[in-house]
Parts: sequence; structure tokens; C-alpha cells
Amino acid sequence: MHGTVEARGRSPAEPRPLASSTEQIAVRNLSLRYGDGADAVHALTDIDFAVRDGEFVSIVGPSGCGKSTLLRILAGLMPPTQGQALLAGSAITGPRRDIGVVFQSPVLFPWRTVLANAEVPVHVQGLNRKAMRARALDLLKLVGLEGFEGRYPRELSGGMQQRVSLVRALIHDPALLLMDEPFGALDAMTRETMHIELQRIWMERRKTIVFITHSIAEAVFLADRVLVMTPRPGKIGAVLNIELPRPRALDVVNTEGFGIYVRQIRAALNATGGAL
Amino acid sequence: MSHAITRGTTGLTLRLVLVAVVLGAWEAGVRHFEIAPYILPPPSSIFAGLWRGLQSGIYIKHAGVTLAETFMGFTLGTMLAFILGTAVALSRRVEYFLYPFIVMFQAMPKVALAPLIVVWFGLGLTSKVINAALVAFFPLMVNTIVGLRSADEDRVNLLRSLAASRWQIFWMLQLPNAMPYIFAGLEIAMIFALIGAIVAEFVGAEQGLGVLIQSMNFNLDVAGQFGVLLILSVIGLILNGLITRLRRRVLFWDAPRATNTSLRKEPGT
Repeated sequence: MHGTVEARGRSPAEPRPLASSTEQIAVRNLSLRYGDGADAVHALTDIDFAVRDGEFVSIVGPSGCGKSTLLRILAGLMPPTQGQALLAGSAITGPRRDIGVVFQSPVLFPWRTVLANAEVPVHVQGLNRKAMRARALDLLKLVGLEGFEGRYPRELSGGMQQRVSLVRALIHDPALLLMDEPFGALDAMTRETMHIELQRIWMERRKTIVFITHSIAEAVFLADRVLVMTPRPGKIGAVLNIELPRPRALDVVNTEGFGIYVRQIRAALNATGGAL
Repeated sequence: MSHAITRGTTGLTLRLVLVAVVLGAWEAGVRHFEIAPYILPPPSSIFAGLWRGLQSGIYIKHAGVTLAETFMGFTLGTMLAFILGTAVALSRRVEYFLYPFIVMFQAMPKVALAPLIVVWFGLGLTSKVINAALVAFFPLMVNTIVGLRSADEDRVNLLRSLAASRWQIFWMLQLPNAMPYIFAGLEIAMIFALIGAIVAEFVGAEQGLGVLIQSMNFNLDVAGQFGVLLILSVIGLILNGLITRLRRRVLFWDAPRATNTSLRKEPGT
């Protein structure tokens, strides 16, 4: 059984149409094991959770808890040993066209301009270039990169590069956005700006997002729900509904409600020996 | 300030003055110590010989032959190297079966094959082209393999996560990613092709700058040989310049980590 922490923030929950939401991701009894028998390493054990359509879920845990492995399975980059992950009702058995991934580093191609980098999925998946060009320009504007379309990655700051990779993850209008510690390499101030921007983009586009991080504050700030992962074997130790009203401003971190969530997550991590 | 010297017209003037001083000392030394012209000719007779050779058209004719051999050998060798290098980089099976041959040939000094090549393919153009191709082949093949394999794993995963095919990963990532390596290989291959052509001409040929050097050597025309060497280094510079220019065009995005193998560095870049 997973210990579920009941959490109540001070602010009333934002009225969200939960009833009409459908299950977008379903992860069932998912396990990943390296090796066999006594030497087997259990990277993930009996992972079970669901993500509603349009929901923002953070998975927080210390390094080595298997959270990145879980994301790779959701992205179809590796198969689980047991159980399955479903996206919109169909099992994820390999890379899919309806998933967008943002990695820890921007992973841009230095020989492509900002616009051409954003359009990589268009070229890979043979989408309508004309329609996608308009969409690319639109998204670049959304992340504040208007006027930088013709620049090359090396002319951009780290934060700007990560914005390009966000546009690239959104361009083919995926049903699911997977983010693997996307702001981990950015400085603290740029990171805060990116939190605000990601929240704004998410509220505008209402994508289903699974966001992996090792920062408790980042997880709480961004998510509707936080899954706490504990290591060896990697499993979900606690689930918290974050009922802070949106849009959340940066100073929400100073509120009592925010602090309660952070303490609860830390307690959940400590309880299972996964102290951060 | 050392920087101020290497920049601008003052620097250029100083360089020319230095060259003039060295040539002057050479001339004076040869005259003063009365060194025999078949050991070390003075610069004045080298330039006179060069001028005569250029006027008579004999240099141009032989240089044209050597250049043709070099270009054909370079094209043949680098094309095969690129195809084979790509096959090795993309297929473990191809690598497995070709590996013994690659290791054996790589350790061997390719110019040592020149006598055999001339026996097999005769005194004409073919043997020179093949020898040039053989010498030019390896630097590019090795660099092609390394370049194609050096694709960043995150970038591969990104394309895979978009459900890209193996060929899309090759065209969109591996090939452009390998271009800096390939150009470094091409720069070496170009000069190697010239070496291959000259060596094969030494072994046995009817025309070419290598033949000219040997016949001048036979006639104790040392000044003439220096003339040919000058022409060869000019040819080498031009060939290298061609690749460098092409490289700058193709690799505009790779400016910061330029792996320029040419000796001449642009001041202020």
C-alpha cells in the first residue's frame, strides 16, 4: 500500500472541472529490474498512478530513485520489465508521436537556427510545414523568443535555449509533455522565471505534464499533484494534492500553505529513508 | 606587445623583412663560403631557374599532371573512405568483418605500397591515382567513423522520442554532427593525396613533378629541384586553402571549436 498524505492548503482549491477530466496516463504495476535472480537491481517497483487530462503532475525524489528511468519508460525509450504504462488508453510500447519531451539540457542542434530547431518534430514526423511554421512562430512568441528565430543556439543563453526546447516539445501538439529536470542546469533566477513561464504556458495550453525534479519547492510550486518517489527500490511513497490557487506568484513559497506541503514531502521522504 | 606585432601592416612588413633577411643571409653565405651549386644553390639562381622553368612551360605541364593525379586520387579515396566509414559506423556486422583489414592497413605505411601499385597498374596515370587514393583514404575513413559515432546520446534520445527512423537520425543528427571530423579528415587527405601522387611518381612515371625532381636530381640541377619544391608547397597551400574555404562555408556553426590544421592562422580571429 502507498501511504497517501492527506494535505490541505490554506487557500481554497481552485475550481477545476475534475469530473469531466479523463484519465490521460495510467501506470499499472510497473516494475523495472536490471539483471536476474539475487543480483537483480530493482530500479522501479510496483509503480501505480494515473494522470488526468490537462493535469500537472510533479514527481519528486532524490537522485537514483528511478524517476528519470520512469520518464524514459513513459517516453517509450525503454520497456518496463513488468506492468505497463498507457497513454490515452493505449500501451506505450515504443516512441510515440503524441509525446513531447524536454530534457535536462536543451539538446539543440548547433547547425540549426532557433526556428529550425523548434521544427525538428515537424521534419521527423513529416507534418504540414506551412501550418507548422505559423505554429512555431506563435509558440516562439509565447515563450518570448520573438525576433530570435534566425539565431543559432550558441548565440542564446541557457534559459533561452531551454525555451527553444520547450517550443520543440510543444510544436507537434503532443497529448503529453514529459519534462526531466528541465531547469536543473539553470541559475536560480532564470529558473524562477521559467517556473512562472511554464505555469503561464500550461494555463494557456492545458497540456498534461509530467515534471520530474529533485527540488521539493519546484515540485510544489508547479504541480496540481506531487508524487514522492523513494529509492531502492524506486517506488511512489506519497501523493499530495497541491491546492494552491493559480496563477501562483513567486512569493507563494513564503506562505504557510506552501511550507506545509514542503514539510509533508520532506517527511514522506525521510520516513522511507530517502532524505534529500 | 606581442599582439600588436602580429596584427596589421607593421606585422606584415616585419614578416617580409625577416624573409628577405633570411634569403639575403643564404645568398651571402653561399657566395662567401663558395658552396658548390649542386650542394646548395643561392636563392638568386633558384629564382632564375624557377623563372626559366615557368617560362618554358615545363613546370606547368608537370604540375598539371601531378595536380590531376592528386585530385582524382583525393576524390576516389575520400569517396570510398566516406562510404566505407559510414558502413562501419552504422553496422556492427560490417565493422566486425572489416576490422582485421582496417587494423592491418592502418598500421602499414601506405607509401610502402607504391612500388607494388606501379607494378600492377603501370607507369601511367592509374597507378598514381590509386596510390594517392590509398594514402588519402585512411585519415578520412577514421574521422568519418569517429564523427558519426560521436553523436550526443541526448540528441539521439530526443530524435528517438519523436519516433525518428534510423535514417532520419543519420541525416538529421549523425551526419551534420560528423562534419567537423570529416573536414579535419579532408584537410589531411588532401595533402596526403599529393604525397601519394609524388611518391608514386618517384617509383615510376613519365610525367609529373616527382619525375621532374628525379631527373633534375640526376642532372645535379639542385636549383631546379628547389624550384619544384617551391611549386609543391604553393600547390599544397592552395589545396589546403580550398578545403579550409569549403569548411568555413559548411561549418559556419562550428566556429568556436575550429580544428584548423593549417599552419597559417588568421591574425585577429
